[in-house]
Amino acid sequence: MGKSVKKFLMLVVDALRDMLPIVLVIGFFQLVVLQQPFPNLSDVVIGLVFVVLGLALFIRGLEMGLFPIGEAMADALAKKGSLTALLGFAFCLGFGTTAAEPALIAVAAEAADVASIAGAIGKDEESRNSYAFGLRFTVALSVGAALVLGVFRILKGWPIQYLIIGGYILVIVITVFAPEEIVGIAYDSGGVTTSTITVPLVTALGVGLAGAIRGRNPMIDGFGLIAFASLLPMIFVMIYGMVY
Amino acid sequence: MIWDIISTGMSTVLDVLPIVVILVGFQFVVIRRMPPNPQRMAVGFLYVLFGLTLFLVGLEQALFPLGRTMASQLTAPEFTGSVEGIINWRDYMWVYVFAFAIGFATTVAEPSLIAVAIKAEEISGGALNATGLRLAVAFGVAVGVSLGAYRIVSGTPLPYYIMAGYVVVIFQTMRASKTIIPLAYDSGGVTTSTVTVPVVAALGLGLASAIPGRSPLIDGFGLIAFASVFPIMSVLGYAMLADNYQKRKKQASTDAAKKQDVEERKSS
Repeated sequence: MGKSVKKFLMLVVDALRDMLPIVLVIGFFQLVVLQQPFPNLSDVVIGLVFVVLGLALFIRGLEMGLFPIGEAMADALAKKGSLTALLGFAFCLGFGTTAAEPALIAVAAEAADVASIAGAIGKDEESRNSYAFGLRFTVALSVGAALVLGVFRILKGWPIQYLIIGGYILVIVITVFAPEEIVGIAYDSGGVTTSTITVPLVTALGVGLAGAIRGRNPMIDGFGLIAFASLLPMIFVMIYGMVY
Repeated sequence: MIWDIISTGMSTVLDVLPIVVILVGFQFVVIRRMPPNPQRMAVGFLYVLFGLTLFLVGLEQALFPLGRTMASQLTAPEFTGSVEGIINWRDYMWVYVFAFAIGFATTVAEPSLIAVAIKAEEISGGALNATGLRLAVAFGVAVGVSLGAYRIVSGTPLPYYIMAGYVVVIFQTMRASKTIIPLAYDSGGVTTSTVTVPVVAALGLGLASAIPGRSPLIDGFGLIAFASVFPIMSVLGYAMLADNYQKRKKQASTDAAKKQDVEERKSS
C-alpha cells in the first residue's frame, strides 16, 4: 500500500511539472502584458488542484488499464489468426470512437455554417443539420478506413513513409480541386479526430500487434496508426465538399 | 462545482461508451477468452475516466476562461493600437508571442502526448527520452501556432503553408532513421487534443473576428492544421540532432581509446 501511495505522489509531482508552463504563460500575460489582476483567485487555485490530481490519476489508469487492454486485445486477435476479426475490430474502433467525438460534432456544426454562408447548401436548419451529419459520418468512416489500412500495413510490414507521402501528394492534388471554404475545415479535421482516450488505446493496439507478429519491430511497425487517422479525414472531407 | 464534476463526468462516460461497447463486444463474441488481470484493467479504466473528468473540470475552472479572454483581448484594436482599416502585421507582435508560448505550454500538458511518449520510451528501451520527445513536439506546435497566427493576420492562403510543410517533411523523411519516422508522423496527430484545441481554436477565431476583412468562419480554421504539421518536422529534426550527438560521442570515445592504445604501445 505504501508503495502505491508513493508511486501516486510521484505522478502528482510529474503532473505539477507538466502544468507549470501553462500557469506561467497565463500568469505572465495576465499580470505583465495585459496588466490585469486574476479574477477569483481561489477558483483558479482549486481548479489547478483538480487538474493536477486528474492528470496523475489518468496516467496511473493508463498504465493499469488502457495500455494493457489495447495490448491484450491485439495479442488475442493476432493469436486467433482471423484477418476479418482483426480488421473488423480496427474499423469499429476507428468509426465508433470518432462518430461520438465532441470536438468533431462542434467542427461539423461550424462547417455547416460556412457551407451555408458560401451558398453551397440551403440556409434552413434542416439542410445544415443533414450536411453536418454527413460530414461527421464521412470523418468517422475515414478514421475507420485509416485504422484498417494502418493495421494491414503492420501485418504486411510495409514502410510507412511511402503510404503517408503518397497521401500528402493526394491531399495537395485534391486541394486544387476542392471548394475553397472546405479546405481549412478539412485540414483541421485531421487533427481533431484523435481523442485523449483513443490515442493510448490505438497506440497500444499497434505496438501490441507488432510485438505479437514475428518479424515485426514495435518501434518501426507499431507506431503510425494515428498518422493514418489524421491523414485520411483530410482527403475524405475534401472529397465530401466536392461531391456534396 | 459538484454539479460541474457530475455533468462533465456524464459526458466523459458518454464519450467512452462506444469504446466500451466495442471492447466488451469483441471480447465476448470474438475472442471469448478472459484477459489476464481483468479486475486491474477495469480499475485502471475507471481511474482514466475519473482522472480525465477532474482534469477537464479543473481546466474549465482555472485556465480555459482566462486563456479564451486573453486571446480576444490581445487581438482587440485597443490593445494592438492598430489604426482602423489598416492592417500591419507588426501590430500583432504580442499575439505571435502568446501563440508560441500557449502552443508550447498546452502541448506539454497534453495527456495523450504523455501516453505516446511513455510508450515510445518503453519500447525503445530508454534510447528515446520521453521528456525530450515531448519538448520537441511542443516546440513544433509553438512554431506552428505562431506562424498560423501570422497567416491569419496577413491573410495569405493556408494551403501554401501546409504544402511547403509537407515538402520539408518529405525531404527530412529521406534522411531520417527508419525507427523515428512512424513516431514522428504520429506526433502530428496526438498533439491536438483536450488541452490544445480549445485554447488554440479560440485564438484563431478571436484573431479572425478582430481583424477587418477576415471571416472567422473561413480564416479562423487552420491553426490546428499548423499544429499538426510542424511537430512532424521538429521531431524528425530532434531525432537527427540526437543521432549526430550520439555519433560524435561514439567517435570521440573511439578516438580517445585509440589514442590511449597508441600511447600504451609507445610506453611498452
